[in-house]
Amino acid sequence: MSLEIPVEQEKRIFERRGFISATISTLGAAIISAIGVPTCLYLFFPARNQRRNQWVDAGDVSQIGEKTPQQLTFRQFRRDGWKVQTEQASAWVVKNAKQVTAFGPACPHLGCAYHWDKSRDEFLCPCHGSRFSIDGKVLTGPSARPLDRYEIQVEGTRLWLGQVRQSKGSQT
Amino acid sequence: MRTSARAVTQWIDRRTGLISSARTFLNEEIPASSGWPQVFGSVALFLFLVQAFTGILLALNYAPTPGEAYSSLRFIINEVSGGRMIRGLHHWGASMMIVVVVLHMLQVFLYGAYRKPREATWLAGIALLLLVLGFGLTGYLLPWDNRAYWGTVVTTQIMGQAPFIGKYVQRFTGAENGVGAVTFARFYSLHVLILPAATTLLIALHVYLVRRHGVTPGPSDNRTTRKTFYPQQALKDVVAIFVAFSVLFLMAATVQAPLERLADPSDAEYIPRPEWYFLFLFQTLKFFEGALEPIGSVVLPTLTVLLLALVPFLDRGQIRRVWDRKIAMGAVALGIVGWTALTAAAVLTTPKQASQSLAGISSQEWNYVSPDELAGVGYFKRQQCGKCHNLVEGAPKAGPNLGLAASTKPEAWKMTHFKNNGGMSAGHASELNSVELRVLSTFLQRGAPEEMVSLLDVPEEMITAAQIYVRQGCSNCHKVNDAGQDAGPVLNGLMSRRSREWVEKHFADPQAMSPGTSMPPYHFSSADQKLLVDYLFSLPVR
Repeated sequence: MSLEIPVEQEKRIFERRGFISATISTLGAAIISAIGVPTCLYLFFPARNQRRNQWVDAGDVSQIGEKTPQQLTFRQFRRDGWKVQTEQASAWVVKNAKQVTAFGPACPHLGCAYHWDKSRDEFLCPCHGSRFSIDGKVLTGPSARPLDRYEIQVEGTRLWLGQVRQSKGSQT
Repeated sequence: MRTSARAVTQWIDRRTGLISSARTFLNEEIPASSGWPQVFGSVALFLFLVQAFTGILLALNYAPTPGEAYSSLRFIINEVSGGRMIRGLHHWGASMMIVVVVLHMLQVFLYGAYRKPREATWLAGIALLLLVLGFGLTGYLLPWDNRAYWGTVVTTQIMGQAPFIGKYVQRFTGAENGVGAVTFARFYSLHVLILPAATTLLIALHVYLVRRHGVTPGPSDNRTTRKTFYPQQALKDVVAIFVAFSVLFLMAATVQAPLERLADPSDAEYIPRPEWYFLFLFQTLKFFEGALEPIGSVVLPTLTVLLLALVPFLDRGQIRRVWDRKIAMGAVALGIVGWTALTAAAVLTTPKQASQSLAGISSQEWNYVSPDELAGVGYFKRQQCGKCHNLVEGAPKAGPNLGLAASTKPEAWKMTHFKNNGGMSAGHASELNSVELRVLSTFLQRGAPEEMVSLLDVPEEMITAAQIYVRQGCSNCHKVNDAGQDAGPVLNGLMSRRSREWVEKHFADPQAMSPGTSMPPYHFSSADQKLLVDYLFSLPVR
């Protein structure tokens, strides 16, 4: 079917095609963005009301000796999506004459549980060999940050823990 | 730039053939008479994609077990960013799908487009219609609220009425011994695994057949003047899709999709009603009683589907203009009138119950608690009981968790405890009076911690209104949600009996509105009055 189409008419047809395809693209883009925005919110934005953990009574710190960190364990509530769960949590507590410090239980490198190595008086993470001093500073190993610390409040002999605050930067 | 773009498309096309296939698809020849009536198939396909997409998103935050489905859906609606919108799109998209599929079918039917050689296309379409209805039926259960539970109890009972196969269908849906975990798993699997797979395959077959036989030409089409799908028809399809989507988007954004109370198998007062597009079947059911019931519930619907499937084999005439097809027009008109009448009858005979979006206030759990408890929530907050007590979640606090078990302390002990704010605020004597103290105690006697926590999210206005109600001693004469005395009328359902103006005038001068009443006049501030009437009108109808 080879019909002869005058040049003028052909030009008009192609202009019209251009207009139509632009309209189709615009409407399509409108639909995709109208679905896309709530989708991005849904997938990549935090849920509302995921209340952070409140202060927890972690235990009695009067018996903790200086220079010997002690691991305190306690139960806390955790909001997990549509569920509220209780879970076991812990903190490494260090006391000296002036103050009490509570380190979060996870190695700042990749989240393994570390422990107090009595033979060398250092914290040791068994996963990748990071070592930390009693005040949390990195001695050796891959960790780029010192140990994270809990927000703390001491009431009498009781230690109350808040959020774990991420420690900053590298320091040795 | 343009040449390099062309080089890329050429590179891709030589290796995959995708671009030339798309071009062939877009340049399909269609009859010159095609136009707006032919857009519905594309819109239905688009809506299926929307349903699949939003369905997948919902599944990412949804726990498909009867225990958790409801709370995870509440989580989606109330807490996940954009969750209410996604759920709205999915919920209203389902209804819109039914509308568009039926319009598509009507168009094909009126144009006689099912005729030879397109019988198989029509049959695939009928199967797709059944699948769409299957999606509606199975998806209805998944929120696991009262509506879902009781609706499914009825439908699975109906399945059981099918002659010969009823027992097996019921067994397949896991509903032999009632609706429960097994039914839920079966419906969920059907909804997200089996039906989507079947629908995808059938859509592929359906579209393939449309392509194979071409779009049905009208009587005015002679075979020489054909046009291509792109651009004009493509534009019409996209415009139709855009209009449909705009309506859907607006509905999702403005009309809250229903979510009632958690499924309660012991709720003797719940009156289940199916989704609007099944109401005509529900109404048909009422015409058949006793042993004849399966005729209305199973036999008639089956025969209707069979009749629809047989249409291409019964009508073997020539293609004619739509307006000349008197019988087809008559059949459609009859169908529309019948459907509308049955649906209207079903709507009119449905007693008003749960205060679904009455006065713009949606039905929530807190609609069902007594005014005392609701007021108690307010006192719990005002007295800052939460400083020392948890209701369910949160780190341990000084006082015991009040949600885990009802307190065993004697009432007198509690009153003293409330009065001195648990001893926490020496010198700050509690300003609660005896009524308010009783109310607080009532609230704390509730057993279910989840419910208590959700009560903390009740709108402040409603709590204030409940406190006004309690303070005025309304429950000395009236009942609300089964709490209170019988001297005056029950206030649930006030909205369906009286207008706002009437209630307001009645407060000011009861004798003028209902002579002989023993109700004394009440003079509220206009703000209090508005709150109180809002609250009373939000109560579920009993």
